[in-house]
Amino acid sequence: MTTKPKIALYWCSGCGGCEESVIDMAEDILKIADAADIVFWPVALDFKYEDVEKMADGEIAATLINGAIRLDNQEHEAKLLRRKSRFIIAHGSCAHLGGVVGLANFSAKKEIFKRVYREVPSVLNTQGILPESLTLESGKEMELPAFHDTVKALNQVIEVDYYIPGCPPVPDQIRDAVLAVVKGDPPPDGHVFADTKALCNTCSRNASKPDKLQIKEFRRLYDSEWDPEKCFLPQGIICLGLATRGGCGERCIKANMPCRGCFGPPGNVVDQGAKFLSAIASLMEPYESSEIERLAASIPDPAGLFYRHSLASSIMRGRISE
Amino acid sequence: MNKFEPKIIGFLCNWCSYEGADTCGRSRKEYPSNIRVVRVMCSGRVDPQFVLEAFHKGADGVLILGCHPGDCHYKEGNINAMKRFALMKNMLRQFGIEDERVRLEWVSASEGERFAQIVSEMVEKVRILGPIPGKIRNDN
Repeated sequence: MTTKPKIALYWCSGCGGCEESVIDMAEDILKIADAADIVFWPVALDFKYEDVEKMADGEIAATLINGAIRLDNQEHEAKLLRRKSRFIIAHGSCAHLGGVVGLANFSAKKEIFKRVYREVPSVLNTQGILPESLTLESGKEMELPAFHDTVKALNQVIEVDYYIPGCPPVPDQIRDAVLAVVKGDPPPDGHVFADTKALCNTCSRNASKPDKLQIKEFRRLYDSEWDPEKCFLPQGIICLGLATRGGCGERCIKANMPCRGCFGPPGNVVDQGAKFLSAIASLMEPYESSEIERLAASIPDPAGLFYRHSLASSIMRGRISE
Repeated sequence: MNKFEPKIIGFLCNWCSYEGADTCGRSRKEYPSNIRVVRVMCSGRVDPQFVLEAFHKGADGVLILGCHPGDCHYKEGNINAMKRFALMKNMLRQFGIEDERVRLEWVSASEGERFAQIVSEMVEKVRILGPIPGKIRNDN
């Protein structure tokens, strides 16, 4: 009897949508089950951390880790799985780039704790207690994972071999990635399982884009209606497909929503947010400085918009901290 | 106590402002040595990534100088710079970088005096602000 290669899945700081994307493979998950044994998957199967610790180094063929790294147990598990796995695949935007949870890097840990545990209207915390990693209660020590100062993308903590982008990732790409890796046909190091070029290159609305694209006013989604057939940008709706890796299958565009950049920067871009800023700003129509400033100011949260999925892996990584 | 000497990165366009800096030097005008000049072909070539990278690597301020509007060697590169700069300033504020630490100005090839004046002003403003409060988050 031949033994099948082993795979594992792990969940760090994320919303769980990546786990859902595995389930969204539907019957394709049987193809994975034919090709590999799942040896560790806390959200779905009853294996323990001790089981992983007992494995030989490199025994797992591939581990998919979703979520960013915020807590010290996540860093610990990521390092353990790195030792035990031949390939680590960052699964989804948070593991790939820091994701939406990476936006927490605009706030200091102190501010986050104060807001979440003391100020949120639905919280009643009269003693103002904040979580501690070690607490003494009735003579007993209780431990909670420590909360890091900064959210990190997975490759800022361990070496990552491959990336499956997306928030959430595309089920077909998860299937192809896992099968390519376990069947002994791994792509080159650092490969991202998607296109190399920007989404606009393959966008179905590309043909409706005028030759010279100029934006007179930026419109917000909540108070606008727009043509569901035409390119968003000439309609004043900010769409970020121009500096976002393609390959998502235009899920948002087909649902008549503009791109928000979850697939991360195209192959040749370092800082996705800076490229968004550069591209969107140069599409602004006015020539006169006060008009330019007025139009720029009509984007209320440029950093949040342009770095929605990539703040933790950007050049600045977040707001400057104390 | 060591006196704080701001580090200013200057991106100067090849056609006007870099020449302006040369004019300044040739006419023996003095300006503070705090500026480190990077020559670029056009102020429109200054990618916001350059500015972020400068701050990330320890700059206290960034100065972008280009041709006066209407004089751009590439017709409207400087207008593009102005558009990016307007939006970038709003974004940098969210990263905790004050407005006075970034400046976009027009300096022509003959304006040596103006170059010296802008650099001096910038250095003094950033000197008063002091170093970037706190640290840029790094890998560790």
